[in-house]
Amino acid sequence: MATPTAVVGTHRKPVAGRLRGGDEVAWALTLLFAVIILAVTLLLVFELWINSAPSRHKFGFGFLTSALWNPVTDEFGALPYIYGTALTSFLALLISVPLGVGAAIFLSELAPPKISSSLTFLVELLAAVPSVILGLIAIFTLVPLVRSYIGPALKDVLGWTPLFTGPVFGIGYLTAGLILAIMTFPFIISVSREALLSVPREQREAALALGATRWESTWQIVVPFARLGIFGSIFLALARALGETMAVTMVIGNSPTIRASLLSPGYTIASVVANEFTEATGKTYLSALVELGLVLFVLTMAINAVAQLLILVTTKKGSRKS
Amino acid sequence: MKKLVVAGLAAALAALTIPAASAQNINAAGATFPDPIYKKWFGEYKAANPKVQINYQAIGSGGGIKQYTEGTVDFGASDMPMTDAQIADTKVKPLHFPTVLGGLVLTYNIPGVTATLKFSPDAIAGIYLGEIKKWNDPKIAVDNPGVKLPSEDIVVVHRSDGSGTTFVFVDYLSKVSATWKKNVGANSSVSWPTGVGAAHNDGVAGMVKQTPNSIGYVELIFAVENKMTYAQVKNAAGKFVTASFDTVTAAAANSKDLGTDFRGSITNAPGAGSYPISSYTWLLIPSEIKDAAKKKAIVDFLTWMIGPGQKDAQPLSYAPLPKKIADLEKKQIAAIK
Repeated sequence: MATPTAVVGTHRKPVAGRLRGGDEVAWALTLLFAVIILAVTLLLVFELWINSAPSRHKFGFGFLTSALWNPVTDEFGALPYIYGTALTSFLALLISVPLGVGAAIFLSELAPPKISSSLTFLVELLAAVPSVILGLIAIFTLVPLVRSYIGPALKDVLGWTPLFTGPVFGIGYLTAGLILAIMTFPFIISVSREALLSVPREQREAALALGATRWESTWQIVVPFARLGIFGSIFLALARALGETMAVTMVIGNSPTIRASLLSPGYTIASVVANEFTEATGKTYLSALVELGLVLFVLTMAINAVAQLLILVTTKKGSRKS
Repeated sequence: MKKLVVAGLAAALAALTIPAASAQNINAAGATFPDPIYKKWFGEYKAANPKVQINYQAIGSGGGIKQYTEGTVDFGASDMPMTDAQIADTKVKPLHFPTVLGGLVLTYNIPGVTATLKFSPDAIAGIYLGEIKKWNDPKIAVDNPGVKLPSEDIVVVHRSDGSGTTFVFVDYLSKVSATWKKNVGANSSVSWPTGVGAAHNDGVAGMVKQTPNSIGYVELIFAVENKMTYAQVKNAAGKFVTASFDTVTAAAANSKDLGTDFRGSITNAPGAGSYPISSYTWLLIPSEIKDAAKKKAIVDFLTWMIGPGQKDAQPLSYAPLPKKIADLEKKQIAAIK
């Protein structure tokens, strides 16, 4: 009844023309979608660039190296936030990569099908939990756990390093890293598992035929074959860790200081923007927050670029692209 | 078929727009702290004047000031008065109308201590400056004889989100501590010398509840509703006062700092019965409203709010305006052109 006229029009063409027309419509439509995505990204950068102008002009590159964040005197620097963002994401990956990749190998290669399918379902369920819920769980269980057990234990064993000193509040870099690890490993498991499953059966059979054990075939043949997918999953996880706001804000302590101790409170870029944006008055203050957004964008881009490079280097020698 | 659908749509559209067109729509935005009472007031006012619909968005004080300055709302609301620089940016100068009052209390969690603690301004400033590090510091102990304070590190908790609540607290600290004024100052967010940040009242309250040996500040309303224990604070007259509607309203009545334009802060007010960490919250009304119908609606609302509307304050845990201030505000209403 209310069909758009454009579609009706193509249907009235002769058969040969209709086919060609269909191709053209599909081509134009998909091109349009691709252009829209590109345009949104560019618009985002443009907006961040324009709106951060007062702060960029006032602080220049000093913005990236200053550790001062003082809304009263209108002096802003991003260093504690960059440090916090990088440190928590690194901690998260340190935990979630071995855990995630290991679990993916188990699920795709070693586990009996029944266990594998039910576990996979659970993992996917975990990936769908909203971050604010995980944040609440972190506040009520993870924070007391770190304060009473994990923190003191680490201090006892590794207290001689600068990494585990100072009072244990239960909130801080370590707790944020732990909750980020919990949030990111479902991604690593599900994407890595898909990559491992897509390795052709012949590869495994050939390895076994040559006398390799099950583990040798998995670790020396299947995993290297799927490493592109595994890398992909890790960078997906990293992107999530860098940008995660809610859960991190709830447990990191929101204190813009740079400390070596993982037990001390810190701050991340996404958290400070979420915390201070609504009440930010004054042009410099607001544009400094926008500039933080720009810094996060550039940081994510840079890490993605490094990722692409890494993939390029590793795929050149050895296995073909999947 | 097509015609029927079109006719149906047109009828539905008409049904939606006609009542809206004949009513007076007024849009406002700002502070979250007074949001519950504003919602009640605007609702009650609409019940009495069905033609006036006031829409309020609780987007935060900073947002309220921003939207007022940009002229996207008919009036704004804020927990902090606008600064001279902010007023200079506006097209139509704002008039500040205090609506209700709130207090700010210090809540703490010290295992083994059940007594209500007493804090002097020196102790509070010292704790938040990071100069007082342990609970058994003489500056705290001297006002709390008989209380066995532990020799534990104080975990200082403050708000991480920018807020009017923080402004009131640091404004108070700036008044009672020269060091604070010089090193930190007052704003909706500041560069905290020590401590950890938690978002909103519930975040601070939760953090204090969970962390042994901690202290934090929350709004009086929030502490009352959640039956939290909070400290007595020594006021400018040297008396220890518990925060309540009466002591907060007393601070407002006794303060001489409000000024004729109602923009002053009333923290650290004189008078034996004044609770020192008290504050107004304001409506920012344009001094000139071109639309006559809108002007009448806003003036009517303001007159009603500072008069009969004040009875709604206490049931919602806000402290009402002192009579003296309400009378002064009535005069300011006449200044709206």
